[in-house]
Amino acid sequence: MLKVDDVHVRYGGAVSALRGLSLEVPDGAVVALLGSNGAGKTTLLRTISGTLKRYKGKVDSGSITWNDTDLTARDPARAVARGVVQVPEGRRIFGRLTVDENLRAGGMGNRDRAAKTKAKERVHDLFPVLRERSTQRAGLMSGGEQQMLAIGRALMASPQLLLLDEPSLGLAPRVIGQIGEVITEINRQGTSVLLVEQNATMALRVADHAFVMDLGRVSIAGPAAELARTDEVQRLYLGHGAESPETPVTHRPARTLSRWSA
Amino acid sequence: MTQFLILLLNGLSLGAIYALIALGFVIIFKASEVVSFTHGSLLLLGAYSIARLSESIGFAAAVVVGVLVTALAALVVERLIINRLRGAPVISLAIVTIGVDIILLTELIRRIGPDILNVPHPWGGQSVSVGGIGISENRAIAMVVATVLIIAFFLVFKYSSWGVAMRASAEDGETAALMGIRQGRVSAVAWVVAGVLAAVAALFLVGAPTPGVSAASYTVALRAFPAAILGGLDSTGGALVGGLLIGLAESFAAGYQENLLFLGRGFGDVVPFVVMIAVLMFRPSGLFGTRELTRV
Repeated sequence: MLKVDDVHVRYGGAVSALRGLSLEVPDGAVVALLGSNGAGKTTLLRTISGTLKRYKGKVDSGSITWNDTDLTARDPARAVARGVVQVPEGRRIFGRLTVDENLRAGGMGNRDRAAKTKAKERVHDLFPVLRERSTQRAGLMSGGEQQMLAIGRALMASPQLLLLDEPSLGLAPRVIGQIGEVITEINRQGTSVLLVEQNATMALRVADHAFVMDLGRVSIAGPAAELARTDEVQRLYLGHGAESPETPVTHRPARTLSRWSA
Repeated sequence: MTQFLILLLNGLSLGAIYALIALGFVIIFKASEVVSFTHGSLLLLGAYSIARLSESIGFAAAVVVGVLVTALAALVVERLIINRLRGAPVISLAIVTIGVDIILLTELIRRIGPDILNVPHPWGGQSVSVGGIGISENRAIAMVVATVLIIAFFLVFKYSSWGVAMRASAEDGETAALMGIRQGRVSAVAWVVAGVLAAVAALFLVGAPTPGVSAASYTVALRAFPAAILGGLDSTGGALVGGLLIGLAESFAAGYQENLLFLGRGFGDVVPFVVMIAVLMFRPSGLFGTRELTRV
């Protein structure tokens, strides 16, 4: 279980990014973390995975524990070795490496050869496209495929907890649906997931439990299904509110395609 | 025509030696994001150790120990200085390496003094004939050894875990760290490899037709810098091409000196830098470089 307890983080000794954030990811759960830009979602992931230092961020107080291991202010390799692996925002695949080399890089923190072989089979089963394209340069793949590679690369470390930072970013709705299914499948195979998203529709569908962050702390928490029904979440993240665009469009033009002749 | 072929062959062998040095320079840049100016003195250290040690323990053992000493020195520089300054501006790091270079160089020159230390290569300066073209035995062996090392290097770079880790961290350090890749280790190995390559290059650079190890050997090492830079600082393939290009340019400029007299005597010594400037005028990131120049 991941336990984030009253964490305060500041950047450069001045900008406060997390102000007493607490949340938990139980074993085997998918937990969604919603929030607008600047709420501190990415900062939280950096704090867990240990990359905060690169951004001159510092944990002022509070703690992050993972199955009795203290992860507060540790280096990323330690988190990976303990089974906590982050998929960074914007995919960040190694574009000049081949697909296969990307997966190899993902398995670097995993010393166990047998586990690596197994992890690779699992990745190839989840994403057959990665097997087909194994010798292709990763930078040549489409956005959706790159996101799959980014997730597959993280799975190479055989994580017990997967941290996903906005996997839906910049992807077509159909692909977002696929990502959602993949997350459910990964979780079914026994990996806990902390899913940071702005796409609340997908996140709340796959998650058991959800937190909404605002200004560096949790503002709403509860079971995902319940949260999806609250007014605030509907209005802010799901886009159905009083002036809902759900009402059918009545004055639809007769032809959808017409010659432009202005 | 024969002269052309002789110069070509000599240029290639010299270029292969430069390529070894340039490769080290490039992998250090890729792994540590440092333009390492310590390379010249590391090379001199290699040559000096081999020359001094051959007096007591014999040539073969001296080569092994000399290579190890140079690799160790590179590792010490990385661990004690470069690794602790991780994240410092690239310019500061480059200047730090110049400082280290000056310290090491001053000490080596003090030890060498005005002498020319002789490295007792078991192969001499006599010519061997390759298909009717004469080349010094030293240069011929250098070409073979360098080719083997370069091929080995590229295989390791392409297929080993270190190679993959190194390329991944060079492309995106933060993400590589998130995969559990320890960049400190990748960088340490890069310095050791660069040290080994520099020492091997040194072994051949101070052989025939060069008289031996002297303070001037350092300036020979400096000519490998343009090789790395004109190839593109972050491209290993570029280092190889750059090395060969500089070697050929130098060989031809020296060989056809009589025809180039309008440029002044000793044009061969400066031609690497002229070539570098010419290439950078048209391709500011080098022939195969991908990074924008602001990183340098």
